[in-house]
Amino acid sequence: MDNKTKLVEARREKALVPERDYDKSPILECVNLGINFGGLKAVDDFNLTIGRTEIAGLIGPNGAGKTTVFNLLTKVYQPTTGTILLDGKDTHGMNTIQVNHAGIARTFQNIRLFNNLTVEENVKAAMDHNMSYNLFEGILRMPRYWKEEKLAHERALELLSIFHMENVAGVKAGSLPYGAQRRLEIVRALATNPSLLLLDEPAAGMNPSETAELMANIRTIRDTFQIAVLLIEHDMSLVMNICEGLCVLNFGQIIAKGTPEDIQANPAVIEAYLGKQKEA
Amino acid sequence: MKRSMTSRRTNLMNYATYLLVIAFFAVITVMNSSGNLSSIMKGMLVPICAYSVMAVSLNLTVGILGELSLGHAGFMSVGAFTGVTAAVALGNHVSSAPVRLLVGMVVGAIFAAIVGVLIGIPVLRLKGDYLAIVTLAFGEIIKGIFNNLYVGLDSRGFHISLLSDTTNLDPDGTLIIGGPMGLKSIPTIATFTSGIILLLITLVVVFHLVNSRTGRAVMAIRDNRIAAESIGINVTKYKLMAFTVSAALAGAAGSLFAMNYTTMVANKFDFNTSILILVFVVLGGQGNMMGSIIAASALTILPEALRSFSTYRMLVYAIVLILVMLATNNPTLKSFFSRKKKTDVPLDPDEPGDGDEGKEAV
Repeated sequence: MDNKTKLVEARREKALVPERDYDKSPILECVNLGINFGGLKAVDDFNLTIGRTEIAGLIGPNGAGKTTVFNLLTKVYQPTTGTILLDGKDTHGMNTIQVNHAGIARTFQNIRLFNNLTVEENVKAAMDHNMSYNLFEGILRMPRYWKEEKLAHERALELLSIFHMENVAGVKAGSLPYGAQRRLEIVRALATNPSLLLLDEPAAGMNPSETAELMANIRTIRDTFQIAVLLIEHDMSLVMNICEGLCVLNFGQIIAKGTPEDIQANPAVIEAYLGKQKEA
Repeated sequence: MKRSMTSRRTNLMNYATYLLVIAFFAVITVMNSSGNLSSIMKGMLVPICAYSVMAVSLNLTVGILGELSLGHAGFMSVGAFTGVTAAVALGNHVSSAPVRLLVGMVVGAIFAAIVGVLIGIPVLRLKGDYLAIVTLAFGEIIKGIFNNLYVGLDSRGFHISLLSDTTNLDPDGTLIIGGPMGLKSIPTIATFTSGIILLLITLVVVFHLVNSRTGRAVMAIRDNRIAAESIGINVTKYKLMAFTVSAALAGAAGSLFAMNYTTMVANKFDFNTSILILVFVVLGGQGNMMGSIIAASALTILPEALRSFSTYRMLVYAIVLILVMLATNNPTLKSFFSRKKKTDVPLDPDEPGDGDEGKEAV
């Protein structure tokens, strides 16, 4: 099968894309994506299509290769096989930085904040690509410095207000409580103006009320910024509630795709999570 | 604009640093005019300024960028040799000493910056210990080059030769750099005032850089390189920027330092000097510019103040240094090393699954 027919086949998989995005081209298309680590196929034949404003979920047991998929999408690893099309554009040969500029932003499973910078500085650091004053304008504090810094400050507070974090803008990120650190990572990712937001276990370590708030926030983000969200999560209540499409991964391969209802009833998924029932 | 608590505290600290430098200048000026300044102290004023600039500029590399550099004296050396050459060459045309000093420092800074870029491109790809070793080698190479470089100036222009003196100068010419003999007949035009001005400019450059997008990007890379890349920060570019600014400031300081003496050899800027500057930074606290200035001043004065111990002078100096280190037991240093350990763990591509994670403590 050559690449083109594979692409056509991938388009047919629109089942995952919510109806309102049917008439728009998908934001992300993975075709036959795979990576080998010295003979071990960590991810194999991964095909996924995500709509413009979809909230999609990537689930699966531990070690299934979910974070590896994120690392492939953000080019932390270069894929061994397959194609990633972001907004119809092939990301082949791009590095992490270029992929971010092209529109993918992510959070990390184990929080990676700039601990010695303040909350506001963490967010402003993510706006770097959208600022244009150079080193000398910065040192000499030319008008462009003041103008852009003022804009960045206002925008940072605006983004922080989504999670009601404006009041901790001046606090060092490393001294924030755990839940707030997770939320700050999302704000920081948003500050890069992504068209696709990857969230790696956003609700990990959160209590039920925090998780409920997070769910509402993710929806707000999608509605306000009109972006797509792909999230990895083990909290099934969150996944089943907010995801419109789900993709289940086991041993690096997709075992099921569909709406949350389909997935809940899928015997292959139940087997992956709970094991096979003994035949009588 | 509403300012947050932390940024206000940082600003206060910056103003306090400016004030400290100006106060130091005022005290010395008053003491000098009332005749209370010993000749030994007078001779140390310019080195204090030069070493303070060196310490602040190295602090940009070590404290803000988070990379250990053991070759900072190399940039000082480049600045000294090129700056003095420019000042000597200008001597025939410009009589004003401050102008010659200014041109000397600017030329020194520019050359050091160029060398900084050339060294930075390959070196900044390395991390941690490897980077430290390569910068150490760089310092030695620079020393080796200037020990074998001959530069003369006569009516026909500059004459440059390596390894042996084949400059064949006209009788009216002067040999500016004489290989192992180093710089000869330097115009001693460096003044305490110019040193303080350079120090203030250095502080403005460093503080403004830290509080700009460049500084944020550099500190983001220091805190978490992988996260910095994930939000689209060009790691190589910003590392190189900080490293080059640091080198340029060191070059200006070297130029100022050399023009306080009549002769200067390349061996003055050796590994020991690099380590001495690193000691200023570590003692003053990484990322703490005021601390760097205080440490640089104190440790420049200390060996002179200990002259009464004669033979045991350096022994006492070492003991005092150890005691001070123990007393301060710098927490920023500890966090630096723990951070270094954490961020230095490379991504292991042989590790499948969720292998990217798990290295950074929460």
